[in-house]
Amino acid sequence: MFLNFFYGLRENGLDVSVSEWMTLMEGLEKGLHRSSFSGFYQLSRAIVVKRESEFDKFDLAFAKTFKDVPFEGPVPDEVMEWLSHPKEDLRADLEELMRRTGGHAGSFEELLRKMEETLRQQDGEHNGGSRWVGTQGTTGYGNSGWYPNGIRIGGESMHRTAMSVATERKYRDFRTDKTLDTRQYQMAFRKLRNFSTQDPSAEKVLDIDGTIEDTGNNAGRLKLRYKNPRKNAVKLLLLMDSGGSMDWYSQVCSMLFSAATKSNYFKELHTYYFHNCIYTNLYETPELYGRSSVPTEWVLNNYGSEYKVIIVGDAAMNPHELVERRYDWRNRSYDELTGLDWLYRFIEHYPYMIWLNPEPYPEYVTYWSRTHLQLAQIFRMYDLSVDGLDKGIKALMNR
Amino acid sequence: MFNTTENSFRGDTKYVASEALLSTVNIAMTLEKPLLIKGEPGTGKTMLADAIAHSLGKPLIIWNIKSTTKAQDGLYVYDVVQRLYDSQFGTHGVDDIASYIKLGKLGEAFTSEEQVVLLIDEIDKADLEFPNDLLWELDQMEFSIPETKETIRAKHRPIVIITSNAEKELPDAFLRRCIFHYIDFPDRQQMEDTIRVHFDRLDDQLLAQAMETFYMIRKIRGIDKKPSTSELIDWIRALSVSGVDPADIKAAIPFAGVLLKKDKDLQILDKTVR
Repeated sequence: MFLNFFYGLRENGLDVSVSEWMTLMEGLEKGLHRSSFSGFYQLSRAIVVKRESEFDKFDLAFAKTFKDVPFEGPVPDEVMEWLSHPKEDLRADLEELMRRTGGHAGSFEELLRKMEETLRQQDGEHNGGSRWVGTQGTTGYGNSGWYPNGIRIGGESMHRTAMSVATERKYRDFRTDKTLDTRQYQMAFRKLRNFSTQDPSAEKVLDIDGTIEDTGNNAGRLKLRYKNPRKNAVKLLLLMDSGGSMDWYSQVCSMLFSAATKSNYFKELHTYYFHNCIYTNLYETPELYGRSSVPTEWVLNNYGSEYKVIIVGDAAMNPHELVERRYDWRNRSYDELTGLDWLYRFIEHYPYMIWLNPEPYPEYVTYWSRTHLQLAQIFRMYDLSVDGLDKGIKALMNR
Repeated sequence: MFNTTENSFRGDTKYVASEALLSTVNIAMTLEKPLLIKGEPGTGKTMLADAIAHSLGKPLIIWNIKSTTKAQDGLYVYDVVQRLYDSQFGTHGVDDIASYIKLGKLGEAFTSEEQVVLLIDEIDKADLEFPNDLLWELDQMEFSIPETKETIRAKHRPIVIITSNAEKELPDAFLRRCIFHYIDFPDRQQMEDTIRVHFDRLDDQLLAQAMETFYMIRKIRGIDKKPSTSELIDWIRALSVSGVDPADIKAAIPFAGVLLKKDKDLQILDKTVR
């Protein structure tokens, strides 16, 4: 029943259900794994994994569960080479082989087994010799009788064992739960598309009152009138922590959201930067030049509550920065409001607001994680990963 | 060098598939579950259904999903408005509801006398709820038409193949019922095999140079829409038809507009190469 594997998959984050597992059992019963380990890998992967972003989790779980399974030695390399460039007329050779071995149509599994046996007994190629080995055997379709006429097996190496495929971790970059990086950029971008400004049912809608009126005016003969429903447009205000470790993330975010805006996913996008926490001024560039500063008050007044706000930052700062009034050395006075006061003003003004954090939620309370924990209580905070972006934007749209 | 024999994409299409893909198709068919195929645009998802139908010798029914498609469209459509118009003029046969019921693609697949391959193409284009709306029908292979009090039951369970461009997420309940395969972007050997299948005679040098240039372009940073298999095939066709000297391909990159479809990308290519 492979229960270890089942639970191993669930531990690794794959939501396998019992009915999917039963389907796998059914597949095994029907011999779809072709009595081989790599067949089992492919069968279980096709049934259990539903998104390419989960391939990596599957590979990890698989490698972990089955790492101690001994497997038959793979067919040697140079034979693999030869097998990938078999003789020209495959079909004829295959029919010939069928006749010679007296096998009925569809005994590919037997073919496969024979082939492996033959190869182990011989060294060197036997192209055209009396013991010809066929490549079509790898498809192994039993009695369902699918003969790949007109379909050729592709060039990738055919007999890579399941373990080598699983440990290769080819799909690592497809994961959606790692912190946002340029590699997941495409995926994050596509996620944002889900929340684009286009109302999906932007087709014409029957205007019932208008239709009744038109029909009445038309002496009772039916006349339909349609109208366009109003579309709502999303306006986004992006506030990003700049400086130090946040530079990289704010760059990626900035690229992501401005690309989304260019593709008309959002109607408007405005980006401002701050350092560590929001104070009296925000800046238009990540370098935080004095010249490009904008009073935060102005931002609050200018962008109404219908704007959706996303704050991107690590929320890690000296706790004093939040609760003490800063000393403005230029004007030789203390700022009126503390960092925390400003944050509360934002919370009051914008009902649609989330915070995206590249740092994972801290496990212990330390000097630097205190502010993170504190801010996580008052803001809706999500991870800066594709998954977090997904959840965060859903929350943003639905309040 | 004009090569006019290669306009046929239907009929004798030879499709190059990876072994994993073939085994997944077989798994889906044996377990009688729909096959969900995802991959970058241009990797041959739609052609796969064609190739499968062709190799099995079964008819292929294609349901092209648009953003406005609703699940009901696939089952049947009851043309109420037409009936209303007809009734106003007292046209004969208005009381026969059945003549106003037109079966959708799923309905066609169910009522077919032989087993068919049903391709639901680009399912992610439609509404988020669309796949969920089809769950019952796909499971039970039947649906009812209340207007005529009929139940349409599948005579032979169609082989369902669903393609998705991964532009939108598909709902979980739907995914659980499918067998999933992701078509990776082909590696060089596969790519070469695929291209050779589409051309009867191809200059080796031309192919080598074109492929090198193609992979080089894919690596350039800043390109929005990377060229894919279908664009490469079109480009090679253009190159071979126009009789370009293979030595010039990498240097001059003629017909770049066949590979890159966006202005911005062409500009970036210009800057990088010339």
